[in-house]
Amino acid sequence: MAATTQHAPPAALPGTAPAPAHRTRKAARRRQLGACGVLMAPFFALLVTVFLIPVGTAVYLSFYGDDHPGLGFGAARTIFVGFRSYTAVLTDPTFLSGLGTVALYCLVYIPLMVIGSLALALLLDSGVVRLRASAQLGLFLPHAVPGIIAALIWLYLYTPGISPVVELFAKADITIDFLGLHTVLPSIVNIALWSNLGYNMVVFYAALQAVPREVIEASVVDGAGPVRTALQVKTPLVRASIVMVAMFTLIWGLQLFTEPMLLSQSSPMISSRFSPSMYIYDAAFTRNNYSLAAAASVVLLLCTIALSYAVTRWTSRLDRTEEAR
Amino acid sequence: MSAADTTLPRPRTLGRATVNVVVALSVLYTLLPVLWLVLAAGKTRDALFGSNILSLKDFSFGRNLHDLFAMDGGQYGRWYLNSLLYAVLGAALGALVSVACGYAFDKYRFRHKEKLFGLVLAAVMVPQTVLALPLYLMASGTGLVNTFWAVFIPVLFNPFGVYLGRIFSQGYVPDEVLEAARIDGAGELTTYARVALRMLGPGLVTVFLFQLTAIWNNFFLPMVMLSNQDLYPVSLGLYTWNSQATVEPDYYPVVIMGSLLAVLPLILAFVLLQRFWRSGLTAGSVK
Repeated sequence: MAATTQHAPPAALPGTAPAPAHRTRKAARRRQLGACGVLMAPFFALLVTVFLIPVGTAVYLSFYGDDHPGLGFGAARTIFVGFRSYTAVLTDPTFLSGLGTVALYCLVYIPLMVIGSLALALLLDSGVVRLRASAQLGLFLPHAVPGIIAALIWLYLYTPGISPVVELFAKADITIDFLGLHTVLPSIVNIALWSNLGYNMVVFYAALQAVPREVIEASVVDGAGPVRTALQVKTPLVRASIVMVAMFTLIWGLQLFTEPMLLSQSSPMISSRFSPSMYIYDAAFTRNNYSLAAAASVVLLLCTIALSYAVTRWTSRLDRTEEAR
Repeated sequence: MSAADTTLPRPRTLGRATVNVVVALSVLYTLLPVLWLVLAAGKTRDALFGSNILSLKDFSFGRNLHDLFAMDGGQYGRWYLNSLLYAVLGAALGALVSVACGYAFDKYRFRHKEKLFGLVLAAVMVPQTVLALPLYLMASGTGLVNTFWAVFIPVLFNPFGVYLGRIFSQGYVPDEVLEAARIDGAGELTTYARVALRMLGPGLVTVFLFQLTAIWNNFFLPMVMLSNQDLYPVSLGLYTWNSQATVEPDYYPVVIMGSLLAVLPLILAFVLLQRFWRSGLTAGSVK
């Protein structure tokens, strides 16, 4: 029996000689654990090397810094600096404004995304839309466009001279600078919305398909119109998907990097430290200040964890009040 | 009574029309920028600035295509192959690794299993920008920086794939099948490779597709790791060319044509594998 397994069983455990039946059961259990280990080993090797060690390194780096003795002319040594890097990051106005930018971005982007994609999914699920499959495919198409290329397309659509959009506005005597001081953030929100709206719509639509038809029929029998059925019957039933979409949108929103990075090639309104991620990149690879970059990374990580935790707590509390009702 | 009969359908048709108009406008919003890309790819540099986007006067699709692959000694072709290599190989290997782990989480019991799974889920939400600097330092410490491996190894890591793999394993591989295989005396790993993996097929394709998209989109990691342009993926290459276009407008038509070609593989993959990923989306969200 053991001959067919492809791995060496772990060393036999010492102990009192068990009964034969017990022994075979124990051997089977050991074989199973061995197979489990083999199946999990590649993933956990990756988890350790490209996740745990890097996170540990980031935390380590944030507490150590280069010290240049002799007015900066001596050889650099790495010394423990305590919270010095954190103080530097948290008192740096460019980092704080980056955090503020991302907070504002998330506040605008997440509600627009969740409500927009859910509304589209509910409309498509209502059964009155013609060419439903084609509409879905059309809405989903931007998901196949890589983020950097979505940013490129929209950059051109924002650029006067190239853009037919700016030209259209100009014909109506409206001059819009899409990359101006107050418009650049909405412009970025638009790119992200365009890229992910269809994808999240498909997620919601798939969840809506799983809602039992009897529930909807019952609400129709009770006299609820299509709008009330959509908002008060269907929407609460896909709450799990709403939480998931909001969560992923939040996590990706906090990492904001690609779009502003590309737009910064053409807009003076986007500094090299526009978002926390850009700040980290700038600190690490332009200014070569590793401890500052590491401290900023840890702060961004803690913000992400805290916000995700808040979202899960908040939604589980909503669930509980729902059950209590 | 008769008045009610005639007025009743009217708001309904009105609502019907409104719904269709809203959906149609949304589809235009998602489609028009892509259509613009297609049309702009056929324009010469001068036609791009100034002329009507719909006019076909200065049609130069073929020339732009030729210019794209001739620019900078044929860099674009190399980037394209690099992207395919990173994405297809990385997604295939990554999906196998993640799904195997997800399967093991579903089918085996051991101590602290749920805690370990929690760690996997926690890894989903850690920003990539947080890991970039330490990964760069590790890669430069081992001499891997600015090589193929510096980009290839980190992209294999896909904790969300493990989550999906566990759900697919619950849904597609009944425990009775494993019990039967055990009674037949088949080894655990043989059972996985010969029986379970086949049942997990659709799930495997879904995880592959998710990861293919993610790696094809990957921009931050290559930017940190690579300085040799020969190793660039398309995303980073186009980013570099676009920054040159602000000084040298000759780059505009090739960047646009290059963007158009870079969109094709994912569209192709999504269309070909449609019936797999649709089921995958449900699995990820309903649970």
